[in-house]
Amino acid sequence: MILCKVTGSVVSTKKDEHFQGYKIMSVTPIRPDGSFFGKPFLAIDATSSGKGDTVLVIKDGGSLQMITGSKKIPENAIIAGVVDNLEIAVSGGQ
Amino acid sequence: MLLGRVEGHVWATRKLDVFMGKKLMVVQPLNEGLEAVSGHIVAVDTVDAGIGDIVCLATSKEAAVPMAEKLIPVDAAIVGVVDRVDR
Repeated sequence: MILCKVTGSVVSTKKDEHFQGYKIMSVTPIRPDGSFFGKPFLAIDATSSGKGDTVLVIKDGGSLQMITGSKKIPENAIIAGVVDNLEIAVSGGQ
Repeated sequence: MLLGRVEGHVWATRKLDVFMGKKLMVVQPLNEGLEAVSGHIVAVDTVDAGIGDIVCLATSKEAAVPMAEKLIPVDAAIVGVVDRVDR
């Protein structure tokens, strides 16, 4: 899982039918200090997150299939949790 | 598997049921010289690692193997605490 910030939601009317019932969110990877790094991408939402939330994103097609119970969703990123609090005790940096 | 350093805890109330009771840790992947590489990963802890520990990190499907349940949707797990890296 990676830490991401939800930067928006995607509204799409004409889409693959298997996306039905899932929100599609735009997320950007963040460091534990909250700063952005890397490129934003889209993930379907299993936890009803909202814009501005820090979330846990699983980027694995197999896990997505397990969570959704569907093998037909053409996506490999899913939001699996909303972070309440982060405790960082070691400053690693990169 | 990757080497990593445990840097912190994550608390999440709203999460998938399969993660209930599991410890989620923020891990910084390291190279063999214990220098930071790439971005942080949040992993499920299966060996009771502590903050500051150097650990082995299983990524992808294998991460689910140490879990009691048959298969849970997890893509990273701490599967060992490293005592020493000889180079």
